This record gives sequence, structure tokens and C-alpha cells, in this order.
Amino acid sequence: MWNYEKRLQFPVNITNPNAKLAQVIISQYGGPDGEMGASMRYLSQRYASPYREVSAILTDIGTEELAHLEMVATIVHQLTKDLSMEEIEESGFANYYVDHTVGIWPQAAGGVPFNACEFQSKGDIITDLVEDMAAEQKARTTYDNILRLIHDQEICEPIKFLRAREVVHFQRFGEALRIVQDKLNSKNFYAFNPGFDCNECKI
Amino acid sequence: MMNMHFANEQEKMLHDINLLSFVVVELNLYLDTHPDDRNAMEYFNHYNRMTNQAKKEYSAKYGPLTISCADTSECSDWKWALSPMPWEGGCK
Repeated sequence: MWNYEKRLQFPVNITNPNAKLAQVIISQYGGPDGEMGASMRYLSQRYASPYREVSAILTDIGTEELAHLEMVATIVHQLTKDLSMEEIEESGFANYYVDHTVGIWPQAAGGVPFNACEFQSKGDIITDLVEDMAAEQKARTTYDNILRLIHDQEICEPIKFLRAREVVHFQRFGEALRIVQDKLNSKNFYAFNPGFDCNECKI
Repeated sequence: MMNMHFANEQEKMLHDINLLSFVVVELNLYLDTHPDDRNAMEYFNHYNRMTNQAKKEYSAKYGPLTISCADTSECSDWKWALSPMPWEGGCK
């Protein structure tokens, strides 16, 4: 069950529209390492976690990613608000505009639609947490790439905030992986499929 | 973030809520993987209380941030729907 909070996690107030940057930043909405995939990854994986702390961190980070999804959508929305037809044609935004006008739709910067294949839910907590750590790094790299392309402080500040959160989430998933390994049979430290095979590992 | 200028009291209050809530989120995630850390729990209780109080005060003045803060007894309209959406930018 979820509750909505009617505020952004970090403020977004962009005054200068820029359709070129919107097409790049939308990748963090529906692209391969974007916030939609992040949230769905963690919220889907948590059912297969044999340990409550790990289910908790997957739930809470999965929830925070929804707040990030809203921030990225807000950035794209404000960057494409009040565009003239001339600006749409000159910025290369026409290909997006023809299908979505200036609505928000999950796609990668290259136009590839969001796809659940961007993430895995493997039913094996070690496999899943290793993916989660990699996912946080990939998202951080993407935000670094975006930061090299933008110079407007109004866009940089929320992107820098989102980038910093990837670093914190990576740390927390690392701790979660450590918890899983510590709780496993010591003979089975690099265990495969602990949640499925090992009844002793339950909670 | 150091030299913040606020157009009005609402903007300042929302800024404070963002800061306080951020501390709560950080402590929440930390405690998930350190569930025995008494110190962190004390910090959590302190900042969680401050955050809840700030949200309550904000909601009473400018409309609810969460549905649980929505109280229509002194309002003539449904502020949950009519107050600005967060993507509109700024405090309108």
C-alpha cells in the first residue's frame, strides 16, 4: 500500500525550456538505467528475499525511486512547456512530439520504449542484489553523462541530487548483500539460490 | 543551497519540510540495514517528530501534503485537489 505526498523530494524550478536536453534527460524516466526500471526492479524483487531487512531496503529504495521518477518527469515537463512549433522543429523534438505532443511517456534518449527487460527479478537474493548494485552504478554513470551535457544550474541541481542518491543506494545494497552472506551457512558463503534451496536461511 | 532566498513563508516552510524529510529518508534506509543502531533510532525519532509537526503546520496553512493531513472542517473547498501539483514549479 502506498500514500502520495504532494511535493517533490527535491525542488525543480526550471525557467528556460530546452527540448534538446529534455530528449536526453527522458532516458532517466524510461531508459535502460532509468528510475522506472529501478523502482519496478526493487519492488518486484522483494518477495523473493528470505530476510526482512533486505525486503525492507528493497521496499524503501523502490519507493524512493518513485519520487525520483516524479522528479525526472517534472524536469522533462518543465523543459518542454510552452515550446513554440519552431523550437520543436529545430530542436529535433518533432519525432517525440508527433506521438506524444508534450506528454510524458517512458522511453530512452534514443527513442526505445520502456521495457521490463531493462531489469531482472531472478528469485535469488544474491543474484538480485548484485544486479541492484550494478544498476545503481549504471544510473550514476548516466547522471554523470547528463551533467557533462548541461550547464544550466536550474537543471544541474536536481540532477546532482539524483546522482548522489545512486551512491547512497549502492552503499545500502552492499550492506544488504553483506547481511545475506553473513546469514547464510558459512560453507555456503558464495551460495547459489539460498532463498530457494535452504530452509535454514529463512528469516 | 546555502544562500536560499524565499519568495514567501510557504516556500520557506516547504524547503524546511524537504530538508527534514530527507534526513528521515536517509535514517530510514540506514536503519533498514542497521536495525540495532540505537543512536540512529534516536536521531530517527527526533527528526521524524519534527518532520510530522512541520507537515501538519504546513498543511493547515497551505493545503494537505498527504491525504492524512487533509482536514476540511475549516475549508470551503477540497484543497487536496485544488492546491498546485508539485511539477508546476515554484509555490503558486
